[in-house]
Amino acid sequence: MSFNNGNEASFQSGHLTLEDGSVFEGYVFGKNGASAGEVVFNTGMVGYPDTLTDPSYLGQILVMTYPLVGNYGIPPHKQMSNLERNFESSRIQVKGLIVSDYSTDYSHWHAEKSLDRWLKDYGVPGLTGVDTRALTKKLRASGTMLGKIEIKRESVDWYNPNLENLVATASIDAPETYGEGKKTVVLIDCGAKNNIIHHLMKRGFKVVRVPWDYDLSKMQFDGLMISNGPGDPKMCRPTVAQIQETIARDIPVFGICMGHQLLALAAGADTYKLKYGHRSQNQPVLEVGTNHCLVTSQNHGFAVDDRSLPKDWSPWFINLNDQTNEGIRHKSGRFMSVQFHPEAMPGPVDAEYLFDEFARMVNG
Amino acid sequence: MDIKNNEIIKPEKVVVLGSAALKIGEAGEFDYSGSQAIKALKEEGIHTVLINPNIATIQTSEHLADKVYFLPVTAEFVEKVIAKEKPDGILLSFGGQTALNCGLELSRKGVFEKYNVQVLGSPIQAVIDTEDREIFAQRLDEIGASSARSQAAESVDEAIKIAESLGFPVIIRIAYALGGLGSGVCRSREEVETLARKALSYTPQILVEEYLEGWKEIEYEVMRDQYNNCITICNMENFDPMGIHTGESIVVAPSQTLSNREYHLLREVAIKVIRHLGIVGECNIQYALDPKSEQYRIIEVNARLSRSSALASKATGYPLAFIAAKLALGYGLHNLPNAITRVTTAFFEPSLDYVVVKIPRWDLKKFRMVSREIGSSMKSVGEVMAIGRKFEEALQKALRMLETGAQGLVANSGFEFEDLEKELINPTEERVFAIVEAMESGMDVDNIHRLSHIDKWFLYKIANVVEIEKQLKKSTGDKLPPALLKTAKQMGFSDKQIAIITGSTQRSVREWRHRHNIRPFIRQIDTLGAEYPAQTNYLYLSYNGIADEIEYPIDRSVMILGSGCYRIGSSVEFDWCCVNAGYALRKMGYHTVMLNYNPETVSTDYDEFDKLFFDEIRLETVLEIYHKLKTIGVVVSMGGQIPNNLAMELDEAGLHVLGTSPDKIDSAENRDSFSQMLDDMNIKQPQWKRLHTLDAAKDFANDVGYPVLVRPSYVLSGAAMAVAANDEQLSQYLQRAVKISPDHPTVISKFLENAKEIEMDAVAQNGEIVAYAISEHVENAGVHSGDATLVIPPQRTYLETIRQVREISTKIAEALHINGPFNIQFIAKENEVMVIECNLRASRSFPFVSKIMGQNFIDIATRAIMGHRVEKNEARLFELDYVGVKAPQFSFTRLQGADPTLGVEMASTGEVACLGNDFEEAFLKALLSVGFKMPVKSVLLSTGSIESKAEMLEATRLLMKQGIKFYATEGTAKFMQSNGIPAEKLYWPLEEGQPNTIDYIKAGKIDLVVNIPKNSQKEELTNGYLIRRTAVDFDVPLITNRQVAMRFAQTLSRIGVEDLQIKSWSEYLEK
Repeated sequence: MSFNNGNEASFQSGHLTLEDGSVFEGYVFGKNGASAGEVVFNTGMVGYPDTLTDPSYLGQILVMTYPLVGNYGIPPHKQMSNLERNFESSRIQVKGLIVSDYSTDYSHWHAEKSLDRWLKDYGVPGLTGVDTRALTKKLRASGTMLGKIEIKRESVDWYNPNLENLVATASIDAPETYGEGKKTVVLIDCGAKNNIIHHLMKRGFKVVRVPWDYDLSKMQFDGLMISNGPGDPKMCRPTVAQIQETIARDIPVFGICMGHQLLALAAGADTYKLKYGHRSQNQPVLEVGTNHCLVTSQNHGFAVDDRSLPKDWSPWFINLNDQTNEGIRHKSGRFMSVQFHPEAMPGPVDAEYLFDEFARMVNG
Repeated sequence: MDIKNNEIIKPEKVVVLGSAALKIGEAGEFDYSGSQAIKALKEEGIHTVLINPNIATIQTSEHLADKVYFLPVTAEFVEKVIAKEKPDGILLSFGGQTALNCGLELSRKGVFEKYNVQVLGSPIQAVIDTEDREIFAQRLDEIGASSARSQAAESVDEAIKIAESLGFPVIIRIAYALGGLGSGVCRSREEVETLARKALSYTPQILVEEYLEGWKEIEYEVMRDQYNNCITICNMENFDPMGIHTGESIVVAPSQTLSNREYHLLREVAIKVIRHLGIVGECNIQYALDPKSEQYRIIEVNARLSRSSALASKATGYPLAFIAAKLALGYGLHNLPNAITRVTTAFFEPSLDYVVVKIPRWDLKKFRMVSREIGSSMKSVGEVMAIGRKFEEALQKALRMLETGAQGLVANSGFEFEDLEKELINPTEERVFAIVEAMESGMDVDNIHRLSHIDKWFLYKIANVVEIEKQLKKSTGDKLPPALLKTAKQMGFSDKQIAIITGSTQRSVREWRHRHNIRPFIRQIDTLGAEYPAQTNYLYLSYNGIADEIEYPIDRSVMILGSGCYRIGSSVEFDWCCVNAGYALRKMGYHTVMLNYNPETVSTDYDEFDKLFFDEIRLETVLEIYHKLKTIGVVVSMGGQIPNNLAMELDEAGLHVLGTSPDKIDSAENRDSFSQMLDDMNIKQPQWKRLHTLDAAKDFANDVGYPVLVRPSYVLSGAAMAVAANDEQLSQYLQRAVKISPDHPTVISKFLENAKEIEMDAVAQNGEIVAYAISEHVENAGVHSGDATLVIPPQRTYLETIRQVREISTKIAEALHINGPFNIQFIAKENEVMVIECNLRASRSFPFVSKIMGQNFIDIATRAIMGHRVEKNEARLFELDYVGVKAPQFSFTRLQGADPTLGVEMASTGEVACLGNDFEEAFLKALLSVGFKMPVKSVLLSTGSIESKAEMLEATRLLMKQGIKFYATEGTAKFMQSNGIPAEKLYWPLEEGQPNTIDYIKAGKIDLVVNIPKNSQKEELTNGYLIRRTAVDFDVPLITNRQVAMRFAQTLSRIGVEDLQIKSWSEYLEK
């Protein structure tokens, strides 16, 4: 029995074990069972329903550094133009959730159920009562590690999602079409967040969402959007080839996050793993050559190497904290990408105007 | 300022306006913001000139601004300083509404153009756009941002019409107001009429607005640079819904009940608004958010540093005011370093991995007749901030920090509610305890929410604490299951609170806890949720963790206990003492550790000390930090009464208390033993007696003769002190005194009338005085020293009296073997000198005497405390060829219904001090600094008893020679006429007749009200009360003390405003 607080008395104890052998004790909510994955953290203070459904977190156990989680419950699942309106994909993507202080009681006009219930619905365990700051400092120092949530009567083997092609898992199986419009934007789904599609539709485009390795050569379209997604970009060679071909056809291209890294690879540049990944909603970026700064939402462990950019390509944005690359642009102005998330959800909407820029290129 | 050229502006000389005396609505937060602004300018090599008569502030210290003017922050005086100093820039947004209003007036008068002074930061037009309600609403409309439906009214009739068209309830607000002054909710036509009439007496324009009952109240702190880059430093959510001023609300940061969409919707609107208005620097935006949809309304924008920005700064670690000053010079946010990480830039939004709770502190019980309901206008006098990893933890910590007797949410005694439902609907300052009581009596969260409109999430959290209390009740102290104990600690229960619930003692709970190794951990605040490594010395304690984040022990570390929450009797002056003690310790090579929890202070700026612990100042906390850090010792004599009261407890727990030994502190604080000691030493004091029984007390009182003074021990600002004029009052006051300080003896003493009061502020080392200052009170004894007007050097005290004061002080310093600062209060009558009180700690007048004498008493005291040999300073007290006068600032205007009179219990919220070549000059400057208005052409007199009338005669004659028109109430008018002074008789408020005093005050026909109460203890509604209250409500200067009235008359007869010299502090000192 736990004394964690009056309402959590029913929660059982559980623990998180990391690859290096360290153990963090807590209480289990959500699914009362075990789960394994790669442990990552995010320092955003709001947006857990959005974050947990972000396909970029596929295969990962997420640590929230903001201690109070679950406060405003979970909104209802609702379809709009064939898409989940209140979530970034149709299901929870994480393998587990680690928090300091899960709020058993929630309060919000839009909430339908508790986070606990929602995690149970999707068979995902959560762990509360963990010193998430200590855990985060450890992850920061040693890079991301594998980890597993276990309870007394259920243990589990290590699971390394990075051995798989996560993009292939996160992507859809067959093309899908959303909205109506004179112009068509193809979205390569590497694990796309719904809000990217919403933003394109809002600007009057028909969106054709295709699997990550879909052959675009036979398709007629006016713009290419490459989505965010989980894992290492170098596992997506087929996608890189498709992008190269689209560039050759001189069709405008816009990449986000994984899409940014893939565009860089397509351009002939290199990517590498960061010492400290960017995992927050407060990443400051500067538009190169200007005094224009944005606060952005980010979640990535790989980055584009600025120095490897071929001629005709230039850095567009850089990160103000560690000077790493945050965007690239071709001198023609027709191919561009950003490491951060202009679609936000969760996080600040400072960069939303980039969808307008892309729309202008497509409508050109 | 031309912000298009994108260049850094480097003015040579910049004037910074301060916020003058602390008052309700404008407190210590502006010392923090002004100090940071000055630091930011100094770093650029800019010469700074500060105008602020608040002598107790850090910003008016010698090491900050290059020049300080202790002058009123009014257009008239600021213009004169500008004419003299010829600055090329001015900062208006770091001194609260006072500075901003002054700046607007200077702008209207064309002063900036005339002297070619550039307003740095937000352009004046942006300020006007936010301050004028109608323009503001228009500007928001332009970008489609929603504001509350409202209309401006310039007359009462107009206000009623608008209210009826909007539909009731409505809220009335006034433009250019600080702290929501004069605003309120009206549910009927009559209420609109009353409030509108009152509000229109301060301001030509009021705003009638839809009242968004039950909506959430959310704030964002936004910064913008000249490149149009914007960030929000943090957002905050009010625990209390709309209708309760944000300064009166419990506030939590970051917001807790907002979804990502709501959070970012409001953030985006905030940025849009600040860009549209063209603000450069910092601004605060307040919203109402519908709890049932995503509808919002913008309530207001403050284009300046504010109380909320100070809170945001402390809550996140982001140095808002410092950065805002840099932005005013044209820097981009991305050009400035992040002061915490040092490797990143100021363009970032802090990520918190803790929760912050702010609670206001009220002192309403100190005032007679005041309404205790909290609402849309501010009444609180200070605030506390607590940090935790759980909301319950932070809330319970914060409630204890208030020092109002609460142990946390539960285990309290002394909160009684006659009608719980009413308390939940119309909250007072004790509402949070009413919620607990409602829960304990079985009311469910839904019902409490329905009555109070407080979001259920907050209520659930309170219910968690009530539940833990229930579990604790099942255990007794010694058998407390360790797991439950740990949970309780994680939920913010203190050892003492647990002891009360389980029927144990604080000590045995602590020992049990230590035995099970349940200890708090030292946590860091790093602004970025541990995403990157950051070296920070900004710390707090929490049981919700598994590791400490700093290394210890720390060599040569000394802990200084701060002054806690600002409240009547303890405010910025003690922060000045603490900060200066820190400087002195650093100079001596110690590692300084500050413990404080007041977000409105400079002492909680993390760069002022080597370590800052933002946590409770209690035995439990001090003990844990002390043992981890292994500090040399604890300084308790700088932060006023809170640390001073801890001295004995710390000593008993085996901690090393630095300076005067705790048992000596105890013998000075304990009225009984102190009085005994004086008797033994043959030092005179008013006849006294310790209370044993009421009958004995009555016998004593009748024996020495009424009036007598009732004094509890270990209290600050004369809490529950009272003068009793008869048996009935005596028994009433005694009961109150026993209630407020039950563990310590209450003493009654003979109250001497018409005696002078004198103060000795001094420092001693090993019992020998090494520095001292003597000041005299303008008011006769009976007015609390914190409310008195102090003069240094003494002007009207006999040399023989001074000699005796020195002699007695020397004896006491020796007897108590004082090491460090102390203060003794004396009364003198015809050269007979008696001791009335002694405190073995820095007093509230230390900054005043230090700054007037040009000698830092805290620096000297700190060296004495640490055992560094201090040279005896030759007193230059009587060689000063200038005079310093300290005057109190009252905030009665904000305390609806309170009777604005002076007594032995302190009522002022702040103070100013000014310098002059003589008493009159310094006195007049000081009065103008606390809101007196010149010229005085008409005075309403009602001068009390016949003796009082006679005494006032001479002063009245002096005023007559100035051609002043007199109005007087019946007796006073008759008396004046019979003495050849023409006075027009006005009827008393409760008389039917015309012309009536009240009408004349309301009509603005009277420039000054002199009302000397016959008996300062009378509590019923009287004519005198109505006159005083009306004067305050209609912003007419009021004098209720005979000595002040006489000195004021003499001053007016000698000098006018034009004679007041514009001289800086250093010009006086260097002479």
